[in-house]
Amino acid sequence: MTRARAITLALAGVVALWLIALNFGALGAVAWHAEGLTGLRAADWAAVRFTLVQALLSALFSVALAIPVARALARRRFRGRGVLITLMGAPFILPTLVAVLGLLAVFGRAGLVNDALAVIGLGPVNIYGLHGVVLAHVFYNLPLATRIILQGWAAIPAERVRLAVSLGFSPADRLRHLELPMLREVAPGAFLLVFLICLSSFAVALALGGGPRATTVELAIYQAFRFDFDMGRAAALALVQFALCLGAGVFALRVALPSGLGGGLDRPLPRMEYRPRAAWGDATLIAATAAFLLVPLALIVLRGAPHLVGLPVAVWQATLRSLWVALGATALTTGFALVLAHAILALPRLGAGALEWLGLAALAASPLVIGTGLFLMARPWADPRDLALAVTMLVNAGLALPFALRLILPALRDVAQTQGRLAASLGVHGLARLHQITLPRLRRPLGFAAGLTAALSMGDLGVILLFAEAERATLPMQLYRLMQAYRQDEAAGAALLLLLVSLALFWVFERWGRRDATA
Amino acid sequence: MKSPLFAAAFLGLAASAQAQTLTVLAPDYFGSDWGPGPAIKEGFEARCGTCTLEFRTGDVLPRLMLEGARLEADAVIGLNTDMTLRARETGLFAPHGRDLGALTVPVAWEDDTFIPFNWSYAAWIYDKTRVENPPTSFAELVTRDDLSLIWQDPRSSASGLALMLWVDQLYGADAGPVWAALSERTVTVTAGWSEAYGLFTEGEADMVLSYTTSPAYHIVAEEDDSKAAAIFDEGHYFMAEVAGVLAGAQNPELAADFMAYILSPEFQSMIAYGNWSYPSALPRDAWPEVMRDLPLPDNALFYDETQAEARRQPALDLWLGGMTR
Repeated sequence: MTRARAITLALAGVVALWLIALNFGALGAVAWHAEGLTGLRAADWAAVRFTLVQALLSALFSVALAIPVARALARRRFRGRGVLITLMGAPFILPTLVAVLGLLAVFGRAGLVNDALAVIGLGPVNIYGLHGVVLAHVFYNLPLATRIILQGWAAIPAERVRLAVSLGFSPADRLRHLELPMLREVAPGAFLLVFLICLSSFAVALALGGGPRATTVELAIYQAFRFDFDMGRAAALALVQFALCLGAGVFALRVALPSGLGGGLDRPLPRMEYRPRAAWGDATLIAATAAFLLVPLALIVLRGAPHLVGLPVAVWQATLRSLWVALGATALTTGFALVLAHAILALPRLGAGALEWLGLAALAASPLVIGTGLFLMARPWADPRDLALAVTMLVNAGLALPFALRLILPALRDVAQTQGRLAASLGVHGLARLHQITLPRLRRPLGFAAGLTAALSMGDLGVILLFAEAERATLPMQLYRLMQAYRQDEAAGAALLLLLVSLALFWVFERWGRRDATA
Repeated sequence: MKSPLFAAAFLGLAASAQAQTLTVLAPDYFGSDWGPGPAIKEGFEARCGTCTLEFRTGDVLPRLMLEGARLEADAVIGLNTDMTLRARETGLFAPHGRDLGALTVPVAWEDDTFIPFNWSYAAWIYDKTRVENPPTSFAELVTRDDLSLIWQDPRSSASGLALMLWVDQLYGADAGPVWAALSERTVTVTAGWSEAYGLFTEGEADMVLSYTTSPAYHIVAEEDDSKAAAIFDEGHYFMAEVAGVLAGAQNPELAADFMAYILSPEFQSMIAYGNWSYPSALPRDAWPEVMRDLPLPDNALFYDETQAEARRQPALDLWLGGMTR
């Protein structure tokens, strides 16, 4: 027991050190290079305000919509449900640029919605502005929020649902006694994640924001680097971003409460009877959400399909390279998340809180600051070129960790609560416990986390640009290069390829996670 | 990870064993198969016989500023005119030693550090099938409320910065109302050129901020002559990309020869279609046909680097004020 604990904590220490280097070391290196922090200007504070407003609205709408959608999905069984759930996750794993183009094909000036409105003689709707930014962020994050909350629904023990059915609970009773406690546990985490993702948004906010009113902190950081080469200000802005993240984290951890629903025997959920009215409501909701998320995807597919086969060899080579990076990052992230989650449960409250926050911190980190900081740290030791792909892998692992940890930690906590005492009394511990008790119950969140990491890593463009060497380009880099060379058609083909590979990776891992599960 | 000592020894050995490698720091697009990199490499290697040219790609100015004297490169290519001042101030560059008499750029260029290798004008590009009467002056553009625009943020993009300085040169302290007027018909402002141009080709706006040379790509590569640049009477803002020799070059002779190559007719006639811009040292009648036939503005507007640096912040304040009014 103590030996397993010591190993866990030692491994967690290594992971924590890497996260500290990634998040704070990089920032420190930038600040040190700049010989101190620089004060912020009025325009920077305006960016902070806009960032907060759009992130709050985006998170609010994403979670508020995700709850009824997840509920509808949780209580309906229909053909193609699994495929639909997988596909609905796709916007989240798209590179932002591709997602924006898909969204504009629907809501843009020359998009479907305005074409349809023109037919019935109505003026164009304008997507650009704060509402456009929020719309794009909801498009991007609704799938994630829905998935997290859906996991919450799936985690309500079947025994409680059976009991509720046998006691003749009305939907309102069910909501009060089963669903609200679950939401109280799960929703703040989902809100926090979406909020943090939107906090560091950059290209989406600017492209759809309609102008400099939509300047975010991340753009201000970019500007400090590129326009002013003021690394002190970049570091100061990155610190502000961390402070916002910390504040949001504290808030979410305060609001979240354990559901207290207890354990079960992992039996499949009984088929529940609902009134027809609710069935129609659910069907409409699912159809509307699917349309909102899938029509832009379909347009990306249609736009890229004619150009997919003729893609240059360099694009296929980059795809292979990206696949390796993604798989490496996935192995690292799931390993990191397992180690951290075990350590968080083994540590006293304060240490556990710090570790949990550290695992989330990477979300608030600026890719530009991380990239530059790592470059500065690695430079004295090795040629950054040799490290580009390895660093990308490690950074992607760090950046995907918040998602993996959010998914794995609650599940592991459940396992500890429901099976921990029995396992201890039977003397099952160490690897045997991990293999026989923990992993089978973590399979679903693990598969989901691995799928997310692989797909996110596949689409990541952020940190590699400063390091990257021509002959080691990744698929997103090639996509960007095609756009830079005016080759919009081939770029559309490459975007489709990226979408397909990301989805396939996500699907394979997720499938593995759900192999023995029924929901 | 190699130890620095070992790495240094290894690099020293490597350098003496094959002294004929020219290492050139360049922006990422030089490394792609669709940029000018491959043709430059092929042309230069054919010229020098036994040497090899190796591009080291990445964000050029940050790399120069972060790596300083440790930078292992002989020359730099692909800096924009808006970066030359900062690049010069790093003190990493040596005089190029070339006679610039052959330059054909439309502005006076006397610089012993940087050589422009291609250039273009900032311009609004439109689709002839959608816009039938493009504005013929900036003043007309400002009043044309039937045209929707997409352009780039001057804080994150070289072309966006060029637009800002263009307006600054035309309107000076009165730029505020111009930005306010443009802001009203602006669909959106993107972080980079690629996003803006992509949105334009997908039909999101009537005009996009790009370069007078952009239509050449569509004509040559896509046989599509529907894209054109609106040529303005007041003149257009000049933008060039430059190259220079690093003082710490391990192969100074090769680097010097690279500068000569950049000015050679061979390089100059390749770069027009290689990088979709005007050659910098080739008379217009020697340009490739499509490039020669594009309408060319009469008047070049340009701030040299010290003027540009002095105007940057005041112009940005006017821009922000006008755009967020």
